[in-house]
Order: sequence, then C-alpha cells, then structure tokens
Amino acid sequence: MRGAADEAGVLLMSKLRKAPRLSMPDVGADGWVRLASLGGFLLMWHVAAMLFDSTTLPAPVVVFRRMLDEMLSGLLPLHLGITLARVAVSFLLAMVVGTAIGIAMGRWRQADLLLDGWLVLGLNIPALVTIILCYVWFGLNDAAAIVAVALNKIPTVVVTVREGARAIDRGLMQVAQAYRLPRGLTFTRVYLPQLYPWLFASARSGLSLIWKIVLVVELLGRSDGIGFQLNMFFQLFDITGILAYTLTFAAVVLIVEAVGLRPLERRLTRWRS
Amino acid sequence: MLEVTINRKSYADRGGRPHVALAGLELCAAPGEFVCVVGPSGCGKSTLLNAVGGLDHDVDGRMRIGAPGASHETGFMFQDPRLMPWLTVLDNVLLVGGQSPEARERAINLLRAMELGDVMHAYPGRLSGGMQRRVALARAFVIEPAVLLMDEPFVSLDVPTANRLRGMLVELWQRCRSTVLFVTHDLREALSLADRVCFLSPAPGHVVLELPVDLPRPRSPEDSNVAQLYARLLAEHPEILAGLADGGAGKEQ
Repeated sequence: MRGAADEAGVLLMSKLRKAPRLSMPDVGADGWVRLASLGGFLLMWHVAAMLFDSTTLPAPVVVFRRMLDEMLSGLLPLHLGITLARVAVSFLLAMVVGTAIGIAMGRWRQADLLLDGWLVLGLNIPALVTIILCYVWFGLNDAAAIVAVALNKIPTVVVTVREGARAIDRGLMQVAQAYRLPRGLTFTRVYLPQLYPWLFASARSGLSLIWKIVLVVELLGRSDGIGFQLNMFFQLFDITGILAYTLTFAAVVLIVEAVGLRPLERRLTRWRS
Repeated sequence: MLEVTINRKSYADRGGRPHVALAGLELCAAPGEFVCVVGPSGCGKSTLLNAVGGLDHDVDGRMRIGAPGASHETGFMFQDPRLMPWLTVLDNVLLVGGQSPEARERAINLLRAMELGDVMHAYPGRLSGGMQRRVALARAFVIEPAVLLMDEPFVSLDVPTANRLRGMLVELWQRCRSTVLFVTHDLREALSLADRVCFLSPAPGHVVLELPVDLPRPRSPEDSNVAQLYARLLAEHPEILAGLADGGAGKEQ
C-alpha cells in the first residue's frame, strides 16, 4: 500500500516535471496549437448547443454574457474572494504541516514507522468522510471547513516530501557540519533547497486538489462561496450559472499557477537550466 | 596546531560486524605545518579526517585543535567539490565566509586571485571539474582557517589541472599559515606537498612511519628530487608502501 502511495507521489512528480508549460506571452508554434485546440473546443461546444437547443446546454456566448453580468453585480467576485481565501488558508496549512511531517518521516526511521499507518489511513479516507466528520465534530464553521480541506491534502504532501527528505544529499549536509554553519542557515541554504522540486510538485498538485475539495466543503456546510452558489444553481437547474462560475474559478486558478507558482518555481530552480 | 589521539574507532561494516578502522593512532601537527597522511585504501584515512573535523563524534579518543582558548576556524575539502548547486560561486563561498561587507570583499578578492572572477555569478553546474575544485579550495580558505583538513581533494583530475591546484593550495597555505592535514593515497603527491609525511598501516590504521620532507618549494610530483625521494623510500620501506597505489603514474589519467 505504502509502496503504491510512494509510487504515486513520484509518478506525479515526474509527470509534473514533464508537463508541457502553457505560457501565455511567448506564443510559439506550440502556443498556436494550444490556441487552436482551445478554439476547437469552444466551436464544438457552440455547435453542440445549437444542435440540442436545450436549456441544459447553453451556448458559450450565453455563458460568457452571464459571467459578465455576475461580475458586474458583484456577486461573483464576492463568492470568488471567499472561496479563494479558504483555498489559500487551507493550502498554506496543508503545505506547512505536510512538509514538517514529511521531513520528520524522511529523516527519522522511528517517526516513519510510527506515522506510516496513519498516513496510509489518511490517504485512503474519502474526502467526503473527512468533511462530514469535521462538520459534525467542530460545527458548521470556517475553521472546520479549512481543517477538513487541509486534512485531505496533508497526506499527499507528506508522501511527496518524505521522498525528497529521503533523497537528501548527506555530502552537502557534511559540508554544513564541517564548516559549523548555524542551524538556521543550514536549513535554509543547504537543506531546504534540496526539497524545492518536491515541494513544488506537491504545491501544484495540491492547488488543483484543494480547490476541488473546497467546493464540496462549501456545498455541504457553508452559506457562501462558489460551492454554495453552485448548489443554489443546481436547485434552480440554472446550468448557465453553474458553467459561468466554474469557468471563472478555473481561470483564476490557472492564472494563480501561471503568474504565482510557476515563476516562483523557475526562480528557485534557475540553477538547473 | 593539532593533536590527535584515537584509541579506537570502529563502525559496523556491511554485514553488521564491527570493523576497527583506527586503533592507537597518534598524530600531531605544529602551527602552520603541512602534514600529509598516506596509506593504502581502506586504512581509515577518511575516517580519521571525519573524526578530526567533527563529522563523526563516535570516537574513542581526544582531539586538540588550535591554541587552547583561542577561537579557530576549520576548513574542510572533500574528495568531490560538494558545492551547493543552487548557489552561485560567490554565494557558495559566502555561505561559509559570512555575509558582512568585509567578508564579501574578501571573498571577491580571493576568487579574483584564483582566476574565478569571471564565473563568480555562475552556478557550479556550469563549471568544469577543475574549476569546481578551485571554488571548493576558495571556500576552504575564505575563512582563513587555523586548521585545514583535506580528503584527497585532487583525485580524478588530469595531471596539469591537479598540479595547478596543488600550486594554488601551497600558495594560499603559505599566505594563511594554516595547519594542513592532507590525506592521500598518492605518495608522489604527498612528497610534493608536505613538510612531513605520516604513513598509516592497513586497518586498523595507526602511524607506522613519519618522514620529514625538506625539499625546496615550489615542487611538483614530477620533479627529479621528488622522484629520487620516492625511489629511496620504496627501496627502504617496501613493506610499508606495499599497499599504496602506484603513485602518480597509475591513477591520474
């Protein structure tokens, strides 16, 4: 079981490393292919909407118009902001806690033995169960929502970071020891940089996992946020609303990755190029 | 100065049985002295340096490094350069040298003197093996170490590059007056560098012969007087030198 989990982490990493980079500004030949593919998708959507002519499949133009309306009414920005805040807090919480546990498990065999069973359990509990239990135990509040999301993400961070902590170069640590570098300096300049690739792998997969779980959390127990709105639209069978909110949110997450995570990763792993 | 007494140092080998690496080893170096430790591979040379350098505390013995009471800096150069690949050359040197403006200036001057001025802001991954060693050498000297420990720092380099680095090392050592403990299995290298050569026995290692070398500097492993001394040692102490790799000829390729 653990082997499988580890493998998943590593696989994920290699997949992420190899993942083609969709960068907006420098549109080369690859960029045009990407744009064409996106255009093709919109076209297919438009044709399908025309063929079926049903309220359950609104045309792209209708959805974009609705997006604009919701933006101007201020409703979408409000719910989007609330959801993004939840994503940010639970993301940071999961990364910090997961990294700390991952380092400990990668470094000390005893910690690994002690926590490995919990880790397997954590990896296999369905997100829904964690969410329900958190709401039941801690009440229908934001703290419970955030803890539920973080708990879902922490095990996968641990698995990836543990792999990185096991691969720490002892030779470089000996340099720090031989020159008697202070602990803080050793951690930030010698130890942590070795974990950057692993941290970024879990950050990227984390972001995409967390924003999906946050919607479920909001749907089940909050009275604001994108997830709550989606539930409302579902009750009213308002597919246009659902698509408008979903596309906006997905676009924001993509932008966060493109202008936040990816440049940061490039900066911190500049030396590899 | 340096005084090392190791009664016994053992570690578990691959089969889990204790392997006595060093036993009854005594070694000292006067301030500013350049001491080479020569021995066959597996005689515990690296183990000795790790113990002296504080990388290994599980040792039955005593070390006295530097003058009593005085603060001292210890430099360490490993077999491989061991530079942080994510730090530029300058930042690698500053990592051990400190971040103050004076430290920065000292580091920059040292790098320029070692002909590394042009690559100061490059990452180590872009440098050749020889240049990486030079950066590692700069890192060792930027702290102006009272004691410098070197673990076969010039292996697997081509002969001219290794000789050039040896020249730089001797120059820096003469300027800094560091006490150097230099471990190698290459006797010619030892003879070309040291004030005194200590020969280690096969494991469990201890010093079996000490030999002062008072050849004029600068020397090179190819010098005729080094070769003469080498030949004389080979004739006088065949049993001690039996386990040594065949000096410069066989391995620096």
